[in-house]
Amino acid sequence: MRTALVLLFLLALAAIPGSLIPQQKVDASAVAAFRSAHPSLAPWFDRLGMFSVYTSPWFSAVYLLLMVSLIGCFIPRLRLYAKATRARPPKAPRNLARFSSFDSYVTDATPGDVSERARSLLSAQRRRVDVYEDGSGGVVVAAEKGYLREAGNLVFHFAVLVVLVGLAITSLYGFKGGVAVVQGESFSNTLIQYDDFSPGGRFRSSQLAPFSFKVDTFSAAYKPTEPGRGTPLHFDAGLTVRDQPGATPYRYDLRVNHPLQVDGTSVFLVGHGYAPVITVRDGKGNIAYSGPVVFLPLDGTFTSYGVVKAPDAQPTQLGLEGYFFPTGAVDQTNHPVSIFPGLGNPVISFVAYHGNLGLDSGVPQSVYVLDKKHLKTYDRANGRPKVLLLKVGDSARLKDGSVRFDGVRPWVKLQISHSPGKLVPLSGVLLAIAGLLGSLFIRPRRTWVRATPGAGGTLVEIAVLDRASGGNPDDHVDQVSSTLQAGEDSA
Amino acid sequence: MTDTLSQLSNLAITGATIVYFVAMLAHVTEWASARQITATPVVARPALRRRVTVPATAAPATTMPASDVPAPDRNSDGEENIDRFGRIGFSLTVLAVGLHLAGVVTRGAAAGRVPWGNMYEFATTGTLAVVLAYLVLVLRYKVRWLGLPVTSFALLILGLAVLLLYRPISPLVPALHSYWLAIHVLAAAIASGGFTVGALASILYLVKSRAERNAAACHDDRRTGYLWRLPTSEAIDRIAYRVHAFAFPLWTFAVLAGAIWAQYAWGRFWGWDPKETWAFITWVAYAAYLHARATAGWQGRAAAYVALVGYSTFLFNFVGINLFGSGLHSYSGM
Repeated sequence: MRTALVLLFLLALAAIPGSLIPQQKVDASAVAAFRSAHPSLAPWFDRLGMFSVYTSPWFSAVYLLLMVSLIGCFIPRLRLYAKATRARPPKAPRNLARFSSFDSYVTDATPGDVSERARSLLSAQRRRVDVYEDGSGGVVVAAEKGYLREAGNLVFHFAVLVVLVGLAITSLYGFKGGVAVVQGESFSNTLIQYDDFSPGGRFRSSQLAPFSFKVDTFSAAYKPTEPGRGTPLHFDAGLTVRDQPGATPYRYDLRVNHPLQVDGTSVFLVGHGYAPVITVRDGKGNIAYSGPVVFLPLDGTFTSYGVVKAPDAQPTQLGLEGYFFPTGAVDQTNHPVSIFPGLGNPVISFVAYHGNLGLDSGVPQSVYVLDKKHLKTYDRANGRPKVLLLKVGDSARLKDGSVRFDGVRPWVKLQISHSPGKLVPLSGVLLAIAGLLGSLFIRPRRTWVRATPGAGGTLVEIAVLDRASGGNPDDHVDQVSSTLQAGEDSA
Repeated sequence: MTDTLSQLSNLAITGATIVYFVAMLAHVTEWASARQITATPVVARPALRRRVTVPATAAPATTMPASDVPAPDRNSDGEENIDRFGRIGFSLTVLAVGLHLAGVVTRGAAAGRVPWGNMYEFATTGTLAVVLAYLVLVLRYKVRWLGLPVTSFALLILGLAVLLLYRPISPLVPALHSYWLAIHVLAAAIASGGFTVGALASILYLVKSRAERNAAACHDDRRTGYLWRLPTSEAIDRIAYRVHAFAFPLWTFAVLAGAIWAQYAWGRFWGWDPKETWAFITWVAYAAYLHARATAGWQGRAAAYVALVGYSTFLFNFVGINLFGSGLHSYSGM
């Protein structure tokens, strides 16, 4: 018990850092921000596994030790319990009066009568009852109930193991992946189409269900008035789904809390954003880039950040880095801001770069980051980079080409996951709750009634011993005592 | 209509806060009146040794002072005062609960949904759960002695809610459009009511058991003050345990319901979101409390401290994570 207690404390303590320090698996961009803000601390945190606490060796060590201690407790207690289920109520101690829950009275009834009534009373309460003579002419009724408490206890601890095994199965054989799909584009469930993909140790990509879908529409509504202006009201994506190549397509209305299920794989709508459609022409007038670019939302008004890369532009490669404002306005300092998450007055503001995008260096690049090592800005007269502000339909001329803001399309962030066997941890928790209720509310209780013949009549002693806290044994003593005496009056 | 209802709700909540305040004053007076008054020493329950007692059916109905509480001496004015203020405090608490309930219900009606969408609504509903838990306990276990801590707590939280957390009604974000909102938050609110009352009882238990120890150590028999009208520390501990034992499985269920909902809304049932992490920490801490009660050397005061640690993790989750944390559970509206 003491070991379990210490390990529980350790587990609670060990879980704390992961809630305060950004976690790689929960919020990778927060981790990146933390790294750049604390460059000297981050390597130490890396060494200690602070960015992935819940998979770190020390966290695992604590819960594995807890499991070992649980099993080490469970097996001997199971054996003991198997014996206890067949046990008889223990014999009455010599001195019942020393129990704090005790009552006694003297009666004219014979010990045999008293014990018979006590036996039938206690048996009717579904107690295990033994009646025996104690050698001095007295009769003792010994009763016990509440054997199921320990059963509940054992069930609970077994269920904890079931939950952990279930969690291990779902994470080993499942996968989780994410992808951003622009409205009008399609996704087919193959590894290459995912933006991020984390498979379980036993998952094979050949197990991916061969479904595909197209995002036909996406609509989002926001509260237009105060209070709570801009609060999202609903998100709704209309999909055309094919369960496998060649299957009949069907429409599916994908919403938050309303995932798509195909062959055990689930598709969840977990986010959305805007993809400005941008056309970049190079210095020779050729189209170097044209299409929607996924911009990442930064705040509740969907001010979004994104980059455009035009590696084929001639005579020099072009890059854009900028912000998108769905409902653009200008604040007091003359900076563009977004004042509403819906599309009211879409504006992009960006800085254009020319030079080498660094795509040929062989180092993989994020599509959301511009490597500016070999890039230069187009500067204004005062030496500051020129910031271009475009509304839909506007174009801006650059020295080596032009940029046109054609329009905006929404994109949806989808999480696609497969968690096989998730019913195992679910039933484990339900089993645990059932066991817990048993172990908390079933109270083992021993009751003894001793009837001893004496000169003035039969001395009846009643004592009750609770073997778990929380009950009120005095009430039971009173009840047994008064019932026995009441029965006497009516007899 | 919505505006009228929501104003009605604000009025009711403000009214409830004021009535809690008066109820608290009554309970303060109840405690203060006991300052000079000596309580009959609390002894272990005496053996009843009766020749013939009345049949069980005609057993005298137990009324307000519980059998654990020393019977007040009706002849003394002071005793009567204590009891009177206690009763006044309790009646006012019932009145305040009525207003409070009306406030929560009209808020829900005005919003057209369960009133659990932001921090103000969580705080008003959570406090209601605390006071309702107290009322149930008064009916079942005669714990009117919890009146002062419970009304003080209700006053504090409702006051903070009205003054600092208030937000006008606004619609729910899409992630909350689910019947699991009702199940998950209701279970969590009832469990938190239990944890709160359990924590208050544990504090009283610690105070009372220390007083008992000191009195025993100094052979001090002057049993003056309200403290000596509380049940024995053992009886307080029993109440604390019962409430915790009720709340813990419910908390387990609330976490489970949250996990099932998270599977539907976010595509994973557990993701170590800060709120989830702290719900887990609270669970582990209360599991430690239950183990402590069964571990030699940890029963009694040590276990009570563990329960308070559990409660502080719960409070941190509600206050710290809601207001300062990030993560998916950012519904505080602050």
